[in-house]
Amino acid sequence: MKPTRPGLVAVVLAALVAVFLLMPLLAVIPVSFTPKRFLSVPEEVWSLRHYQSLIDEPEWARAAGLSVLIGMASAALATALAFLFSLGIWMLRPRYAGALMGLALLPMVAPPVVSALTLYFFLITLGQVNDFVAYDSVPGVILAHMVMISPFAVVLITVSLAQIDRRIDLAARVMGAGLFTRIFRVILPNIKFGVLTAFLLTFVLSWEEIGVTIFITSVDVATLPRLMWMGLRDNIDPAIAAVSVVLIVIVTAVILTRTAVQVARSRRGEG
Amino acid sequence: MSKPMKSALVLLGPLLAFLMLAYVFPFLGILRWSFTLPELGLGNYADALTDPLVLSVFGRTLRVCVIVTLVSVASAYVITLLWVRGGPVQRLVMELCILIPFWISVLTRAFGWLALLSNRGLINTWLQGIGLTSDPLTMVRNEFGVVVGMAHFLIPFAVFPLASAVRNLDERVLLAARGMGAGRQRVFWTVFLPMTAPGILGAALIVFVFALGFFVTPAILGGGRSVMVAELVYLRIFQSPNWGLGAAISVILMIGVAFLMGALMKAVRPGEKS
Repeated sequence: MKPTRPGLVAVVLAALVAVFLLMPLLAVIPVSFTPKRFLSVPEEVWSLRHYQSLIDEPEWARAAGLSVLIGMASAALATALAFLFSLGIWMLRPRYAGALMGLALLPMVAPPVVSALTLYFFLITLGQVNDFVAYDSVPGVILAHMVMISPFAVVLITVSLAQIDRRIDLAARVMGAGLFTRIFRVILPNIKFGVLTAFLLTFVLSWEEIGVTIFITSVDVATLPRLMWMGLRDNIDPAIAAVSVVLIVIVTAVILTRTAVQVARSRRGEG
Repeated sequence: MSKPMKSALVLLGPLLAFLMLAYVFPFLGILRWSFTLPELGLGNYADALTDPLVLSVFGRTLRVCVIVTLVSVASAYVITLLWVRGGPVQRLVMELCILIPFWISVLTRAFGWLALLSNRGLINTWLQGIGLTSDPLTMVRNEFGVVVGMAHFLIPFAVFPLASAVRNLDERVLLAARGMGAGRQRVFWTVFLPMTAPGILGAALIVFVFALGFFVTPAILGGGRSVMVAELVYLRIFQSPNWGLGAAISVILMIGVAFLMGALMKAVRPGEKS
């Protein structure tokens, strides 16, 4: 029997919430075309000067490049650590699995500002004994991002491990495969999509990380969100509207493509 | 060393060692700061719990978080109803309305609200353009802006636990209620809604916990006037330094969140009672 469809009241209310959710994303578009130097709505003249400034001012491209570098490095390292850890929990089923998992997920559930202060403490302490991994340094930001994003990789990889059949590992073991062979030739091929998803999600999380980055950088390391933050705090720079439009277009295009592929696939499945 | 011990060390060791070094020990350092800076004792905690400025920030944080939680969960509920139980088109539209904002960074979304709500933003320009108001309405740099921005950020997070509650609903109970003559309204308020109560509680706790430690959106849309706890920590560390007090406030925040997470675990698994 079919479930009762939501009534008119629910549809109207949901439409209002939908407008609320999309409104700020659309509002950025007109503001990005303002000819003025401050946040305003263009009246007669629409201008591309703020898009031009994204190209002319090298700091935007530099910040985007740095964010990609930090995102790639921290996502790759965090995914690798999370892969080994989740695998350890899955294969060995240690006695204190719950407590170990809780520890691994701690940075995800702790308030972001507490994590930020903790990582600030970590980096200034390290900075007293070396100049390489320190406050306001690229390796320091990579380590801090690894802390913040690794719990998400642990969750995703643990979920995909839960879906594979333990007996294939058992079979490999019985036939004499060593730990290395079991991990890389038996288990990894079965969860490669989970691992890839973990890498992509953690990359995106690092790419847009700002709460911790504010605490651990000042002038030397300007990731893209850090640069946007500086332009947002005091006098709002409309160039940020232009950056925002570019980012919104990218995200929307990816999601629409994914949805279109899914819809097409399910249609084919039905037909 | 025995074989399982060795593989435990190789597999579990790296991440655990990394987190101990980069997260657990530094947090203990913060804990030490809270008792030792500027001098040994409980002075920072006494200050945090008596200083009227800190107390007013705690008060504002709780008030804003309660309002944000109510707004987010109620909004997420109607979205969830259509997303889970609507027709194919409704489902698709709702899914896009949840996913697109969810994947856009918190900075971009906060900036979108500035573009809408600030004095030269879209809404004020439009209101003045049609002559409805002469002076701009102040909608940012106050609690209104903070609530709107935070609710916008947190609605998708409330949708996920609600969706699983609505999905797992036993359809036969609703049919029974209808069959016994209850109208749509009555079925919703007395059967449907109470049956999703665990999901509502879970969503509310998640939103509340996230909102408590939130830094970016309040800092941008509060504009330094509606300071919340997380921003107060930032200010005490970087602007008018009192590291001990900042650390003590962080520890208090951590303890509060730990309590709420405990409650969340109980809400998710109501069967396990101690």
